Amino acid sequence: MERHVVAKAGDIPPGERKLVTVRGREIALFNVDGDYLAILNRCPHQGGSLCRGKLVGLVEADGPGTYRYQRKGEIVRCPWHGWEFDLRTGKSYCDPARTWVTSYATSVERGAHMQEGPFVAETFEVKVEEDYVVIEV
Amino acid sequence: MTLDEQTPPITTETPASQGRRASRPRPRLGIIDSDMHPTVRTIGEIKPFLSERWWRYLQSYGPRPKHGFAQGDPYPKAAPRAARRDAWGPNGAQPGSDLAFTREHYLDAYNIEFSIMAPLQPTGQADRNLDFGAAISSAVNDWQRAKWCAPEPRFKASIVIPYEDPPAAIREIERCAADPAFAQILMLARTFEPLGARKYWPIYEKAAEVGLPIGVHVFGYSGHPVTGAGWPSYYIEEMTGHAGACQAGVASLAMQGVFERIPKLKMIIIEGGFAWLAALGWRLDQHWARHRDEVPHVTRPPSETLRSHLWISTQPMEEPERAKQLLDVMGWIGFDRLLMATDYPHWDFDDPSFALPRALGPEVQKAITSGNARGVYRL
Repeated sequence: MERHVVAKAGDIPPGERKLVTVRGREIALFNVDGDYLAILNRCPHQGGSLCRGKLVGLVEADGPGTYRYQRKGEIVRCPWHGWEFDLRTGKSYCDPARTWVTSYATSVERGAHMQEGPFVAETFEVKVEEDYVVIEV
Repeated sequence: MTLDEQTPPITTETPASQGRRASRPRPRLGIIDSDMHPTVRTIGEIKPFLSERWWRYLQSYGPRPKHGFAQGDPYPKAAPRAARRDAWGPNGAQPGSDLAFTREHYLDAYNIEFSIMAPLQPTGQADRNLDFGAAISSAVNDWQRAKWCAPEPRFKASIVIPYEDPPAAIREIERCAADPAFAQILMLARTFEPLGARKYWPIYEKAAEVGLPIGVHVFGYSGHPVTGAGWPSYYIEEMTGHAGACQAGVASLAMQGVFERIPKLKMIIIEGGFAWLAALGWRLDQHWARHRDEVPHVTRPPSETLRSHLWISTQPMEEPERAKQLLDVMGWIGFDRLLMATDYPHWDFDDPSFALPRALGPEVQKAITSGNARGVYRL
């Protein structure tokens, strides 16, 4: 398991996303209300780029006329056929056991700490005083 | 079970992220795509190809299909313009309207050797004002040549015909057929009368004479609903209903003996799925065997005739739980009858690298993705 520095924390405002490449893999990195969530940029159905998908929420209903719209912005919908994946788990909404996309653990680290750990920064000059998003691959 | 939110733009593009599919190999073989939908950026693009009279008519009256929703769709599509959300071009260009973007995002990305264009909007087909419809069809044909085929020879045009006015349709075929930019003649599946009706035979005879296949794409502005049982409620029913509409058309072609009457006619059914074709062939054969005195002009088992005159596009791909079942269905239809289609830029696009089961093996894959098409289209 390697930890890759992929973005400055300030690069991706809440609600936005960035496509990054780690060891040849395209990974879609989302900022959901300050949480950085990372999934493989490849829909398991036919390979659509999930980084280009719409962010949606989840509607749950107990019965006709009552519904709750929650988890706003935590689910990505593939731009092609509309398959939906939970950004926190990579699992699809409709078939979580069999249809899922790889998700990656992320963290935010201060530049100063990185000099101590086994980090790999492929495209960044890391500065001591800034925060960075790190993906474990 | 989710609601739409705004799609935020991608914030940054690092050098490493360039190339939409850096992590996937490009298909080795060139693809011949039997269904791609170009459109205009604005309706003004067809103005140079219309007379002043018809341009003014278009502005004042607009299209007149035989059903409602003249300015839109009878069913809400799954996505705006029914398109892949990543297919919008620069400056908000409608999917399939920007040549440079479409070249890169589609032709290059999927290694498309030839793309058979099927314009759907505007086309003038089946408009209630027949002369207007014919004028729009002609304009769209000239527009395809000028905008797409001239600068990019991988794009092949369809001769869009006003098929409810067969003499006008024949004139349009005669006007365009000599230009090698045209690979086929385009009709829609829901005609006023079933596809095999005598009314359309002169069109089919002309197609055979000029050596172009007739592509029949789903939809149609005849006023007939997509099902034989009325207008359904939901988009899902429209999507699944196309297969039924196509079956009615194919059964009509078979029982009218169209292919016996016009032995050189080639037809392609586009975007209706394909699994149904096997069962339809069995059913037609069974009834024909028992009641053939009703149709003495049908001289061979219908499925046999269809197997030598009819091709069918693969999109939207059938997706059974077990891939083996898909192989069986394809085999029943005939691997030589199937033509790869992407439906780019629409949302139900099939990616040629992933849609076909690998178990088909390289030879059959090559036949479906390009070899069969070479025998059908004029390329």
